[in-house]
Amino acid sequence: MKRRDFLKNTAVFITGASVSLSALELVDPKEVLASRPDLRWGFLVDTYKCVGCGMCVKACKLENDIPYDANVTRTWVERYVIMKSGEVVKDSPKGARDGFTSKLVDQGESGPRLLRDKEIAQGFFVPKLCNHCTLPACVQVCPVGATYSTADGVVLVDRKWCIGCGYCIMGCPYGVRFFHPVVHTADKCTFCYHRITKGGNTACAQACPFGARRIGNLRDPNDPVAKEVLNGRVGILRDEYGTKPNVYYIGLNKEVH
Amino acid sequence: MKGHVWRPLYVVIGIVVLLLLFRFFYVPDDFGIQDQGFTFGFHRLSNEQEWKDFPAKYKGTEYCNECHDDKVASISSSQHEMIPCEDCHGPARNHPEDPEKLVVNRSRELCIRCHSKLFMPSSGRNDIPGIDPNTHNTGMECSECHNPHNPSLEDM
Ligand code: SF4
Ligand code: SF4
Repeated sequence: MKRRDFLKNTAVFITGASVSLSALELVDPKEVLASRPDLRWGFLVDTYKCVGCGMCVKACKLENDIPYDANVTRTWVERYVIMKSGEVVKDSPKGARDGFTSKLVDQGESGPRLLRDKEIAQGFFVPKLCNHCTLPACVQVCPVGATYSTADGVVLVDRKWCIGCGYCIMGCPYGVRFFHPVVHTADKCTFCYHRITKGGNTACAQACPFGARRIGNLRDPNDPVAKEVLNGRVGILRDEYGTKPNVYYIGLNKEVH
Repeated sequence: MKGHVWRPLYVVIGIVVLLLLFRFFYVPDDFGIQDQGFTFGFHRLSNEQEWKDFPAKYKGTEYCNECHDDKVASISSSQHEMIPCEDCHGPARNHPEDPEKLVVNRSRELCIRCHSKLFMPSSGRNDIPGIDPNTHNTGMECSECHNPHNPSLEDM
Protein backbone atom coordinates (compact mmCIF):
# COMPACT_ATOMS: atom_id res chain seq x y z
CA MET A 1 0.00 0.00 0.00
CA LYS A 2 1.15 3.46 -0.83
CA ARG A 3 1.60 6.06 1.83
CA ARG A 4 -1.17 8.13 0.24
CA ASP A 5 -3.65 5.23 0.25
CA PHE A 6 -2.81 4.48 3.82
CA LEU A 7 -3.60 8.06 4.87
CA LYS A 8 -6.78 8.08 2.81
CA ASN A 9 -8.04 4.79 4.21
CA THR A 10 -7.26 5.81 7.75
CA ALA A 11 -9.06 9.11 7.29
CA VAL A 12 -12.14 7.37 5.89
CA PHE A 13 -12.07 4.88 8.73
CA ILE A 14 -11.81 7.44 11.45
CA THR A 15 -14.47 9.77 10.10
CA GLY A 16 -16.77 6.81 9.52
CA ALA A 17 -16.29 5.42 12.98
CA SER A 18 -16.69 8.72 14.75
CA VAL A 19 -20.12 9.44 13.30
CA SER A 20 -22.74 7.63 15.30
CA LEU A 21 -24.73 5.34 13.05
CA SER A 22 -28.15 6.84 13.65
CA ALA A 23 -26.84 10.33 13.04
CA LEU A 24 -26.49 9.39 9.41
CA GLU A 25 -30.26 9.30 8.96
CA LEU A 26 -31.31 12.72 7.79
CA VAL A 27 -34.35 14.45 9.21
CA ASP A 28 -36.52 16.97 7.50
CA PRO A 29 -37.37 19.70 10.04
CA LYS A 30 -40.81 20.19 8.49
CA GLU A 31 -41.55 16.53 8.99
CA VAL A 32 -40.47 16.81 12.59
CA LEU A 33 -42.76 19.76 13.23
CA ALA A 34 -45.66 18.10 11.48
CA SER A 35 -45.25 14.85 13.38
CA ARG A 36 -47.49 15.91 16.29
CA PRO A 37 -48.96 19.29 15.52
CA ASP A 38 -52.00 18.60 17.67
CA LEU A 39 -50.44 18.29 21.12
CA ARG A 40 -47.98 20.45 23.03
CA TRP A 41 -48.17 20.47 26.80
CA GLY A 42 -47.97 23.83 28.52
CA PHE A 43 -48.35 24.98 32.10
CA LEU A 44 -49.92 28.10 33.55
CA VAL A 45 -49.11 29.50 36.99
CA ASP A 46 -51.22 32.28 38.52
CA THR A 47 -49.14 34.09 41.12
CA TYR A 48 -52.15 36.12 42.30
CA LYS A 49 -53.98 32.94 43.29
CA CYS A 50 -51.11 31.13 44.98
CA VAL A 51 -51.29 31.40 48.78
CA GLY A 52 -48.04 29.58 49.56
CA CYS A 53 -49.67 26.60 51.26
CA GLY A 54 -47.17 24.20 49.68
CA MET A 55 -49.76 21.45 49.15
CA CYS A 56 -48.50 21.19 45.58
CA VAL A 57 -44.92 20.54 46.70
CA LYS A 58 -46.05 17.90 49.16
CA ALA A 59 -48.27 16.17 46.60
CA CYS A 60 -45.47 16.18 44.02
CA LYS A 61 -43.05 14.55 46.44
CA LEU A 62 -45.50 11.81 47.41
CA GLU A 63 -46.74 11.22 43.86
CA ASN A 64 -43.31 10.96 42.29
CA ASP A 65 -41.39 9.15 45.04
CA ILE A 66 -39.06 12.04 45.78
CA PRO A 67 -37.54 11.34 49.24
CA TYR A 68 -39.70 13.39 51.58
CA ASP A 69 -37.05 14.66 53.93
CA ALA A 70 -34.20 15.06 51.48
CA ASN A 71 -33.61 18.63 50.43
CA VAL A 72 -34.64 18.03 46.82
CA THR A 73 -37.94 18.80 45.11
CA ARG A 74 -39.25 18.69 41.55
CA THR A 75 -41.37 21.74 42.20
CA TRP A 76 -41.11 24.44 44.81
CA VAL A 77 -42.68 27.74 45.80
CA GLU A 78 -40.79 30.99 46.41
CA ARG A 79 -42.03 33.84 48.59
CA TYR A 80 -41.24 37.34 47.32
CA VAL A 81 -41.64 40.37 49.52
CA ILE A 82 -40.97 43.73 47.92
CA MET A 83 -40.41 46.45 50.47
CA LYS A 84 -41.52 50.03 50.03
CA SER A 85 -37.83 50.88 49.95
CA GLY A 86 -37.48 48.75 46.82
CA GLU A 87 -35.60 45.99 48.56
CA VAL A 88 -36.55 42.46 47.50
CA VAL A 89 -36.57 39.73 50.14
CA LYS A 90 -37.29 36.13 49.21
CA ASP A 91 -37.15 32.63 50.60
CA SER A 92 -38.33 29.08 49.99
CA PRO A 93 -37.76 27.04 53.16
CA LYS A 94 -37.57 23.31 52.26
CA GLY A 95 -38.95 24.28 48.87
CA ALA A 96 -42.16 25.22 50.75
CA ARG A 97 -42.96 21.57 51.38
CA ASP A 98 -44.63 22.58 54.66
CA GLY A 99 -46.02 25.86 53.36
CA PHE A 100 -45.29 29.39 54.52
CA THR A 101 -46.54 29.65 58.08
CA SER A 102 -44.19 32.19 59.61
CA LYS A 103 -43.70 35.91 59.24
CA LEU A 104 -39.98 35.29 59.52
CA VAL A 105 -38.28 35.24 56.14
CA ASP A 106 -35.44 32.73 55.98
CA GLN A 107 -32.30 34.60 54.96
CA GLY A 108 -29.91 31.65 54.99
CA GLU A 109 -26.70 32.34 56.86
CA SER A 110 -27.84 35.69 58.19
CA GLY A 111 -30.78 33.94 59.85
CA PRO A 112 -34.51 34.66 59.89
CA ARG A 113 -35.66 38.20 59.35
CA LEU A 114 -38.91 39.77 60.52
CA LEU A 115 -40.42 42.23 58.07
CA ARG A 116 -42.75 44.94 59.36
CA ASP A 117 -46.13 44.85 57.60
CA LYS A 118 -46.05 48.65 57.24
CA GLU A 119 -42.90 48.48 55.13
CA ILE A 120 -44.21 45.87 52.68
CA ALA A 121 -45.33 47.10 49.25
CA GLN A 122 -45.98 43.73 47.59
CA GLY A 123 -45.96 40.15 48.73
CA PHE A 124 -46.66 37.11 46.59
CA PHE A 125 -45.72 33.49 45.96
CA VAL A 126 -44.19 32.06 42.80
CA PRO A 127 -44.46 28.30 42.18
CA LYS A 128 -41.62 26.93 40.08
CA LEU A 129 -41.02 23.74 38.14
CA CYS A 130 -39.26 22.49 35.03
CA ASN A 131 -40.25 24.69 32.09
CA HIS A 132 -40.22 21.83 29.58
CA CYS A 133 -38.45 24.20 27.24
CA THR A 134 -38.99 24.07 23.49
CA LEU A 135 -35.21 24.40 23.07
CA PRO A 136 -34.05 22.70 26.27
CA ALA A 137 -30.45 23.37 27.23
CA CYS A 138 -30.43 20.23 29.38
CA VAL A 139 -31.17 18.02 26.36
CA GLN A 140 -28.52 19.66 24.22
CA VAL A 141 -25.79 19.01 26.74
CA CYS A 142 -26.72 15.39 27.56
CA PRO A 143 -23.95 13.33 25.98
CA VAL A 144 -25.77 9.98 25.89
CA GLY A 145 -29.37 10.78 24.95
CA ALA A 146 -30.74 10.15 28.43
CA THR A 147 -32.49 13.52 28.63
CA TYR A 148 -34.80 14.07 25.70
CA SER A 149 -37.85 15.86 24.43
CA THR A 150 -40.96 13.85 23.51
CA ALA A 151 -43.12 14.60 20.49
CA ASP A 152 -45.72 16.26 22.72
CA GLY A 153 -43.07 18.52 24.23
CA VAL A 154 -42.33 16.95 27.60
CA VAL A 155 -38.69 16.72 28.64
CA LEU A 156 -37.91 13.40 30.33
CA VAL A 157 -34.90 11.61 31.78
CA ASP A 158 -34.29 7.96 30.94
CA ARG A 159 -33.18 6.51 34.26
CA LYS A 160 -31.68 3.41 32.65
CA TRP A 161 -29.64 5.50 30.26
CA CYS A 162 -28.47 8.38 32.48
CA ILE A 163 -24.81 8.02 33.43
CA GLY A 164 -25.02 10.66 36.16
CA CYS A 165 -22.49 13.05 34.64
CA GLY A 166 -24.48 16.08 35.83
CA TYR A 167 -24.13 18.17 32.66
CA CYS A 168 -27.89 18.75 32.51
CA ILE A 169 -27.92 19.95 36.10
CA MET A 170 -25.29 22.53 35.19
CA GLY A 171 -26.85 23.26 31.80
CA CYS A 172 -30.36 24.11 32.97
CA PRO A 173 -30.56 27.89 33.40
CA TYR A 174 -33.46 27.53 35.83
CA GLY A 175 -31.78 25.24 38.35
CA VAL A 176 -34.70 22.82 38.34
CA ARG A 177 -32.62 19.65 38.11
CA PHE A 178 -31.08 17.63 40.89
CA PHE A 179 -29.65 14.23 41.62
CA HIS A 180 -32.23 11.77 42.87
CA PRO A 181 -30.70 10.46 46.09
CA VAL A 182 -32.27 7.00 45.72
CA VAL A 183 -32.15 6.16 42.01
CA HIS A 184 -28.84 8.04 41.57
CA THR A 185 -29.66 9.66 38.25
CA ALA A 186 -30.54 13.19 37.23
CA ASP A 187 -34.15 14.02 38.06
CA LYS A 188 -36.72 16.69 37.39
CA CYS A 189 -40.42 17.35 36.86
CA THR A 190 -42.04 15.10 34.23
CA PHE A 191 -45.28 17.13 34.03
CA CYS A 192 -46.64 13.95 35.67
CA TYR A 193 -46.37 12.22 32.29
CA HIS A 194 -48.00 9.11 33.77
CA ARG A 195 -51.07 11.14 34.66
CA ILE A 196 -51.50 13.62 31.80
CA THR A 197 -51.09 10.97 29.09
CA LYS A 198 -54.08 9.17 30.63
CA GLY A 199 -56.21 12.30 30.62
CA GLY A 200 -55.46 13.25 34.22
CA ASN A 201 -54.10 16.34 35.87
CA THR A 202 -50.62 16.80 37.32
CA ALA A 203 -50.42 15.97 41.03
CA CYS A 204 -49.47 19.55 41.93
CA ALA A 205 -52.32 21.08 39.94
CA GLN A 206 -54.76 18.59 41.43
CA ALA A 207 -53.60 19.30 44.97
CA CYS A 208 -53.76 23.09 44.59
CA PRO A 209 -57.00 24.28 46.22
CA PHE A 210 -56.76 27.68 44.57
CA GLY A 211 -56.32 26.76 40.92
CA ALA A 212 -52.96 28.51 40.83
CA ARG A 213 -51.48 25.72 38.70
CA ARG A 214 -52.96 24.40 35.47
CA ILE A 215 -51.77 22.23 32.61
CA GLY A 216 -53.17 22.27 29.10
CA ASN A 217 -52.60 21.72 25.42
CA LEU A 218 -51.10 24.83 23.83
CA ARG A 219 -52.04 23.63 20.34
CA ASP A 220 -55.76 23.44 21.10
CA PRO A 221 -57.34 26.87 20.65
CA ASN A 222 -60.27 25.86 22.86
CA ASP A 223 -58.14 24.75 25.77
CA PRO A 224 -58.57 27.22 28.68
CA VAL A 225 -54.82 27.24 29.38
CA ALA A 226 -53.98 27.81 25.71
CA LYS A 227 -56.51 30.64 25.53
CA GLU A 228 -54.97 32.33 28.54
CA VAL A 229 -51.45 31.91 27.15
CA LEU A 230 -52.45 33.25 23.73
CA ASN A 231 -54.72 36.09 24.81
CA GLY A 232 -53.81 36.90 28.38
CA ARG A 233 -50.86 38.88 29.64
CA VAL A 234 -48.45 36.17 30.62
CA GLY A 235 -44.71 36.07 31.17
CA ILE A 236 -41.99 33.46 31.11
CA LEU A 237 -38.87 33.17 33.21
CA ARG A 238 -35.44 34.17 31.90
CA ASP A 239 -36.40 34.80 28.31
CA GLU A 240 -32.83 35.91 27.62
CA TYR A 241 -31.55 32.33 27.71
CA GLY A 242 -33.52 31.49 24.57
CA THR A 243 -34.76 28.13 25.84
CA LYS A 244 -38.40 29.03 25.07
CA PRO A 245 -40.09 27.81 28.26
CA ASN A 246 -43.58 26.30 28.23
CA VAL A 247 -44.45 27.34 31.78
CA TYR A 248 -46.28 30.68 31.67
CA TYR A 249 -46.88 33.03 34.57
CA ILE A 250 -49.69 35.44 35.33
CA GLY A 251 -48.56 38.36 37.46
CA LEU A 252 -44.81 38.16 37.00
CA ASN A 253 -42.68 41.03 38.30
CA LYS A 254 -39.25 42.01 37.08
CA GLU A 255 -37.94 40.93 40.48
CA VAL A 256 -38.79 37.30 39.67
CA HIS A 257 -36.47 35.26 37.48
CA MET B 1 5.16 -1.35 3.70
CA LYS B 2 6.83 -2.33 6.92
CA GLY B 3 5.27 -3.97 9.96
CA HIS B 4 5.68 -0.90 12.15
CA VAL B 5 3.19 0.91 9.92
CA TRP B 6 0.66 -1.92 9.75
CA ARG B 7 0.59 -2.81 13.43
CA PRO B 8 -0.95 0.47 14.68
CA LEU B 9 -3.52 0.31 11.89
CA TYR B 10 -4.54 -3.19 12.98
CA VAL B 11 -4.97 -1.85 16.49
CA VAL B 12 -7.19 0.97 15.25
CA ILE B 13 -9.27 -1.41 13.14
CA GLY B 14 -9.56 -3.73 16.14
CA ILE B 15 -10.78 -0.96 18.40
CA VAL B 16 -13.31 0.25 15.85
CA VAL B 17 -14.66 -3.28 15.33
CA LEU B 18 -14.91 -3.79 19.08
CA LEU B 19 -16.76 -0.49 19.50
CA LEU B 20 -19.20 -1.33 16.73
CA LEU B 21 -19.76 -4.80 18.20
CA PHE B 22 -20.32 -3.32 21.66
CA ARG B 23 -22.74 -0.79 20.24
CA PHE B 24 -24.57 -3.52 18.31
CA PHE B 25 -25.21 -5.59 21.42
CA TYR B 26 -25.57 -2.81 24.01
CA VAL B 27 -27.71 -0.17 22.29
CA PRO B 28 -31.36 -1.19 22.00
CA ASP B 29 -33.13 -1.11 18.63
CA ASP B 30 -35.47 1.70 19.61
CA PHE B 31 -32.62 4.04 20.50
CA GLY B 32 -32.49 6.76 17.90
CA ILE B 33 -33.31 10.29 16.92
CA GLN B 34 -37.14 9.89 17.10
CA ASP B 35 -39.60 12.68 16.26
CA GLN B 36 -37.79 15.69 17.66
CA GLY B 37 -34.67 15.25 15.58
CA PHE B 38 -31.06 14.72 16.56
CA THR B 39 -30.73 17.73 18.88
CA PHE B 40 -33.69 17.12 21.13
CA GLY B 41 -35.16 13.72 20.37
CA PHE B 42 -32.17 11.38 20.63
CA HIS B 43 -33.41 8.71 23.05
CA ARG B 44 -34.67 5.22 23.80
CA LEU B 45 -38.28 5.29 22.64
CA SER B 46 -39.55 2.70 25.12
CA ASN B 47 -38.58 5.01 27.99
CA GLU B 48 -41.64 7.13 27.17
CA GLN B 49 -43.82 4.11 27.94
CA GLU B 50 -41.86 3.44 31.12
CA TRP B 51 -42.73 6.91 32.36
CA LYS B 52 -46.36 6.47 31.32
CA ASP B 53 -46.48 3.28 33.41
CA PHE B 54 -45.28 5.03 36.59
CA PRO B 55 -47.93 4.32 39.24
CA ALA B 56 -50.16 7.24 40.24
CA LYS B 57 -50.86 7.78 43.94
CA TYR B 58 -53.31 10.69 43.96
CA LYS B 59 -56.72 9.72 42.62
CA GLY B 60 -58.73 12.93 42.83
CA THR B 61 -61.97 13.91 44.56
CA GLU B 62 -64.15 12.13 41.96
CA TYR B 63 -62.58 8.86 43.01
CA CYS B 64 -63.40 9.56 46.68
CA ASN B 65 -66.90 10.55 45.68
CA GLU B 66 -67.64 7.07 44.37
CA CYS B 67 -68.00 5.77 47.95
CA HIS B 68 -67.97 8.83 50.20
CA ASP B 69 -70.45 11.04 48.40
CA ASP B 70 -71.94 12.24 51.70
CA LYS B 71 -68.55 13.55 52.85
CA VAL B 72 -67.82 15.14 49.50
CA ALA B 73 -71.26 16.80 49.60
CA SER B 74 -70.69 18.15 53.10
CA ILE B 75 -67.37 19.76 52.29
CA SER B 76 -68.65 21.03 48.94
CA SER B 77 -71.20 23.22 50.70
CA SER B 78 -68.62 24.76 53.05
CA GLN B 79 -65.94 27.41 52.68
CA HIS B 80 -63.45 24.57 52.25
CA GLU B 81 -65.18 23.37 49.08
CA MET B 82 -62.10 23.86 46.88
CA ILE B 83 -59.82 21.71 49.00
CA PRO B 84 -59.30 18.28 47.41
CA CYS B 85 -59.93 15.34 49.82
CA GLU B 86 -56.41 14.01 49.46
CA ASP B 87 -54.83 17.24 50.75
CA CYS B 88 -55.92 16.25 54.27
CA HIS B 89 -56.53 12.51 53.92
CA GLY B 90 -53.36 11.72 51.99
CA PRO B 91 -53.04 10.07 48.59
CA ALA B 92 -55.69 7.36 48.05
CA ARG B 93 -53.24 5.02 46.26
CA ASN B 94 -55.23 1.77 45.89
CA HIS B 95 -57.61 2.42 48.74
CA PRO B 96 -59.82 0.62 49.84
CA GLU B 97 -57.53 -2.40 49.23
CA ASP B 98 -54.18 -0.80 49.87
CA PRO B 99 -54.21 1.04 52.23
CA GLU B 100 -57.46 -0.12 53.80
CA LYS B 101 -57.74 3.09 55.80
CA LEU B 102 -56.34 6.51 55.07
CA VAL B 103 -54.71 8.42 57.89
CA VAL B 104 -56.36 11.81 58.36
CA ASN B 105 -53.98 14.66 58.97
CA ARG B 106 -55.63 16.66 61.78
CA SER B 107 -52.52 18.58 62.68
CA ARG B 108 -52.35 22.29 63.38
CA GLU B 109 -49.46 22.41 60.92
CA LEU B 110 -51.77 21.48 58.08
CA CYS B 111 -54.32 24.23 58.82
CA ILE B 112 -51.80 26.99 59.33
CA ARG B 113 -50.36 26.38 55.86
CA CYS B 114 -53.19 28.67 54.75
CA HIS B 115 -54.47 30.19 58.00
CA SER B 116 -51.29 31.56 59.55
CA LYS B 117 -51.79 35.26 58.96
CA LEU B 118 -49.18 36.76 56.67
CA PHE B 119 -49.34 40.21 55.18
CA MET B 120 -49.01 39.37 51.48
CA PRO B 121 -50.60 42.11 49.38
CA SER B 122 -50.99 41.07 45.71
CA SER B 123 -51.53 37.45 46.73
CA GLY B 124 -54.67 35.45 47.49
CA ARG B 125 -53.14 34.75 50.89
CA ASN B 126 -54.28 38.19 52.06
CA ASP B 127 -57.95 37.22 51.59
CA ILE B 128 -57.82 34.10 53.76
CA PRO B 129 -58.94 34.47 57.40
CA GLY B 130 -55.75 34.09 59.37
CA ILE B 131 -54.53 33.72 62.95
CA ASP B 132 -51.20 34.08 64.68
CA PRO B 133 -50.31 30.44 65.45
CA ASN B 134 -48.09 31.60 68.34
CA THR B 135 -51.00 33.13 70.27
CA HIS B 136 -54.22 31.50 68.97
CA ASN B 137 -55.11 28.55 71.27
CA THR B 138 -51.57 27.23 71.26
CA GLY B 139 -51.14 23.53 71.97
CA MET B 140 -54.55 22.60 70.56
CA GLU B 141 -55.45 21.03 67.24
CA CYS B 142 -57.65 23.34 65.16
CA SER B 143 -60.11 20.48 64.63
CA GLU B 144 -60.94 20.49 68.36
CA CYS B 145 -63.05 23.60 67.72
CA HIS B 146 -63.44 23.78 63.94
CA ASN B 147 -64.93 21.03 61.80
CA PRO B 148 -62.76 20.94 58.68
CA HIS B 149 -65.79 19.98 56.56
CA ASN B 150 -67.68 22.97 57.94
CA PRO B 151 -65.06 25.30 59.35
CA SER B 152 -66.99 28.44 60.22
CA LEU B 153 -67.83 28.46 63.94
CA GLU B 154 -71.04 30.42 63.35
CA ASP B 155 -72.54 27.75 61.08
CA MET B 156 -71.66 24.73 63.20
S1 SF4 C 1 -36.23 24.13 32.63
FE1 SF4 C 1 -34.15 23.27 32.65
S2 SF4 C 1 -34.46 21.05 32.98
FE2 SF4 C 1 -36.45 21.90 32.30
S3 SF4 C 1 -36.43 21.63 30.04
FE3 SF4 C 1 -35.67 23.72 30.46
S4 SF4 C 1 -33.44 23.48 30.50
FE4 SF4 C 1 -34.31 21.41 30.74
S1 SF4 D 1 -50.95 24.36 46.25
FE1 SF4 D 1 -51.52 26.13 44.96
S2 SF4 D 1 -51.81 27.83 46.40
FE2 SF4 D 1 -50.71 26.21 47.52
S3 SF4 D 1 -48.52 26.77 47.24
FE3 SF4 D 1 -49.03 25.34 45.60
S4 SF4 D 1 -49.61 26.63 43.85
FE4 SF4 D 1 -49.67 27.93 45.70
